[in-house]
Amino acid sequence: MKGFIYKEFLHIFRDPRTMLILFGMPIVQVLLFGFAITNEINNAGIAILDESKDEMSIALTDKLLASGYFTLKENLRSRDEIEAVFRKGNTSLVVVFEPQFSSRFIREGQAAVQLIADASDPNTAHLLSVFASGIIRDFSGDISIINKPPLTIRIQTNMLYNPELKGVFMFVPGTITVLLMLISAMMTSISIAKEKEMGTMEVLLVSPLKTWQIVSGKVVPYILLSFINALIILLLAYTVFAMPLRGSLLLLLAESILFIVMALTMGIFISTISNTQQQAMLLSMFALMLPTILLSGFIFPVENMPDALQYLSHVMPSKWFIVIIKQIMLKGLGITYFWKETLILALMTAFFLIMSIRKFNVRLA
Amino acid sequence: MDQIQAIEVHNLVKKFGNFVANDNLNFSVGQGEIFGFLGANGAGKTTAMKILCGLSKPTSGKIRVAGYDVTRQPDKVKKNIGYMSQRFSLYNDLTLKENFRFFGGIYGLSASEIKNRTVQLLDRLGLGNDSGKLLSSIPAGWKQKLAFSVAIMHQPRIVFLDEPTGGVDPITRRQFWDLIYEAAAEGITVFVTTHYMDEAEYCQRVCIMVDGRIDALDTPGNLKTNHHAANMHEVFLKLARKKST
Amino acid sequence: MTRILYILQKEFIQVLRDKSMLPMILFIPVLQLLILSYTATFEIRNIRLVVCDLDHSSESRELAGKFKGSSFYNIVNYVQSYDEGAEWLKKGTAEQLLVIEPGFAKNIIHTGDASVLLTTDAINGSAASLMNAYGTSIINQFGREMAVTATGSAQLREALRIEPQFWYNPELDYKTYMVPGILVLLVTIIGMFLSAMNVVREKETGTIEQINVTPIRKYQFMTGKLLPFWIIALFELAFGLLIARVVFGIAVAGSIPLLFAVASVYLLVVLGFGLLVSTITDTMQQAMFISWFFMVIFILMSGLFTPVESMPDWAQWVNKANPLAYFIKINRMIMLKGSGFSDFSGLFFGLVFYAILTLSLAVWRYRKTT
Repeated sequence: MKGFIYKEFLHIFRDPRTMLILFGMPIVQVLLFGFAITNEINNAGIAILDESKDEMSIALTDKLLASGYFTLKENLRSRDEIEAVFRKGNTSLVVVFEPQFSSRFIREGQAAVQLIADASDPNTAHLLSVFASGIIRDFSGDISIINKPPLTIRIQTNMLYNPELKGVFMFVPGTITVLLMLISAMMTSISIAKEKEMGTMEVLLVSPLKTWQIVSGKVVPYILLSFINALIILLLAYTVFAMPLRGSLLLLLAESILFIVMALTMGIFISTISNTQQQAMLLSMFALMLPTILLSGFIFPVENMPDALQYLSHVMPSKWFIVIIKQIMLKGLGITYFWKETLILALMTAFFLIMSIRKFNVRLA
Repeated sequence: MDQIQAIEVHNLVKKFGNFVANDNLNFSVGQGEIFGFLGANGAGKTTAMKILCGLSKPTSGKIRVAGYDVTRQPDKVKKNIGYMSQRFSLYNDLTLKENFRFFGGIYGLSASEIKNRTVQLLDRLGLGNDSGKLLSSIPAGWKQKLAFSVAIMHQPRIVFLDEPTGGVDPITRRQFWDLIYEAAAEGITVFVTTHYMDEAEYCQRVCIMVDGRIDALDTPGNLKTNHHAANMHEVFLKLARKKST
Repeated sequence: MTRILYILQKEFIQVLRDKSMLPMILFIPVLQLLILSYTATFEIRNIRLVVCDLDHSSESRELAGKFKGSSFYNIVNYVQSYDEGAEWLKKGTAEQLLVIEPGFAKNIIHTGDASVLLTTDAINGSAASLMNAYGTSIINQFGREMAVTATGSAQLREALRIEPQFWYNPELDYKTYMVPGILVLLVTIIGMFLSAMNVVREKETGTIEQINVTPIRKYQFMTGKLLPFWIIALFELAFGLLIARVVFGIAVAGSIPLLFAVASVYLLVVLGFGLLVSTITDTMQQAMFISWFFMVIFILMSGLFTPVESMPDWAQWVNKANPLAYFIKINRMIMLKGSGFSDFSGLFFGLVFYAILTLSLAVWRYRKTT
């Protein structure tokens, strides 16, 4: 039994390419999410079309550029140039000041600013338009003492759990989940399918080892590897990105083990229904990885998806695990808040275990 | 020697790190000869054969195949040889005809040559009516014969067979050797590795390798007389025993 | 040349004969386009809001009514204390909590200075800032309306009138933006995995040896391997464009031949990379993992989901080596804005450079001998 587990470790460690995936991937992903990838907007390219070039338009231009959201790419001379500048793709917003901007404001009490956004990227276009409008309204308030509104409603905003709005808080739980899934489910299913394909599974089956011994021999290394990986990601998040651990570490690790075991039973189940490595790979890829990434709320919020997809997301184990991690790490809550999610994971584990055993026995009979 | 030798090997050495797989081999094979390469597993047979086919580079030594230098003129060598690997290496998901067409095509045969050779070779095997069947539906023994036919399709001067009859029943083996004789009768030199000692009797000359070295090289008849043996099996055992003492 | 044709013929027969292949080629694009374009969205709608109205006045009820009437909000409960509301955020059953302080109406009428508290679950930082902006703008709008009634003036004129315009996608439909990106993802995944798996498969089954003893040249072999997947991937692109047109109503604004011209160069990069992976690996599993590793990095940094411009300088610099980012940008430009060749010639020549680079590397790494 011990020798058997040792053999599995050798298989994994002997191949640097597998090691790259096992340990390189989590580190690269966390670093990318932490340092490089963001869906905030800053330094967006804008162009200015100033048809009046007077005191007020210049002052407003300066105020826009000083905000940090925008970088001036070009000064345009006519409206015909707007289309061309969008086509080149470096500019997302064109600010147009109408002719006689200041004098119109003085004479008529109101001047117009056009914000023309390249809405081929609707998210950026919308945000830029919102940001620019805010700055212009501010400016407008400064210059119109006469029209100062007689009442204000002060809004105290309060950003709970993540006051600096760091993206990492969102991505770390997702990355942990995807990786545990990848290593536990995908690797086990492929590795068992490989033994079946090569015929070495039969050799193991005729050996005096019991079935449960064979299966646990296969999965023990992956449990350890997954666990080490989860620890690496947590450590990175904690040290490099100052992500808090507000709840109990012990509880977090216990829930992680539950999820790992769930993923392993899922991997075993996949391997019982596939005959070749390639089938196991494709199944894990399309049945596991894509939904794990897309439907778990890892990157995209599930609440905004069509109803059918939201229902589908309920059967994704990763969705429940991500909720648990966030509750423990970021909200510092205890088991009373997520016993339901925990129970769901436990039931899923039982389901896959029973299904695999039934499948396995049918094949032997 | 007035005729060009089909294969000439001088001082062939192949090392993998510290392990010497081929230790200073010297031999030559005449045109049209059936030359057997014998030895236990790991004796260095396949390594030497891969070097002769240009699949692997020698560490040192001078090797000429079909009159061309293996390291300097590999393309010329490849045009003149056929090869049948130890692992079955035709495409299971292609039909018999498609396999022939593909390999004929990449050897540069014309469309009409491909057609003629395919018909001729399949008829010889008695598979003329099965040319549209997928290879995966053909029994293992037949597949070996097909692989051989593909290897000689472009009428090479030399054909290399790496344990061609591994895992095949005795009757099919017998039939396989009939094919080899037919090819030799057409003037094709046959270089064959095997560890079936009865097959060694079918060769005109055999070379017995032990631990990367050539231990004996002669006709089966001479080897039996010299070692006072009744058959090749005994010759082999005697050589192996001498080694261990 | 005829040798290449024989390889092509053989590869096509094999691909088309594989029973799992045809469904994969037809099914994956539909699946990806339909699922990804609906899931991959940062749009925020139906924000779950808990209202804690401690004022119980007609004004406070009116403010809550504004939230109820907004298409962005969905009021899930009314509570009587802050703590009770905070519990909803804790459990994750609501994202935002609006607290209207006692005396809200009185302050509006008498002092002109009232306040509310808007608390947001900010674990998803970017979504939180958007939710915050939505909430703030509803409250501000309410304030302005109250001011109008208070002063009795017909209309309160802003000093500056802001006229926003959204070109190319006036409805701000996120799917319009995602579909061109997903098309690129599609041809990349198909091209990369097919080519990476292919040579490795011949290695695993041993057929590669049989080819290596033939006089065939490296470039002939590589061309024969590459062309079928190149054609299949271009077919995928055409199929994907058709789905985009029929299902999502997204037509190509620019020139379709230009789009295919760029795609054919881009595919050379992808296929070259796939072949390179297959030459440095021995088993399909390894090839799968290596391609997966690079794909994930390429995709995450490509600008498919998140804006490239917002990444730090070093990351944008690294991204210059990411062909996926080039083609996603070009494809969006052609499909949505009708950009012409001169608008992206720099990016295009970048792709040409990477095509030459990956293909030469692949041919150089492929060894007929060991």
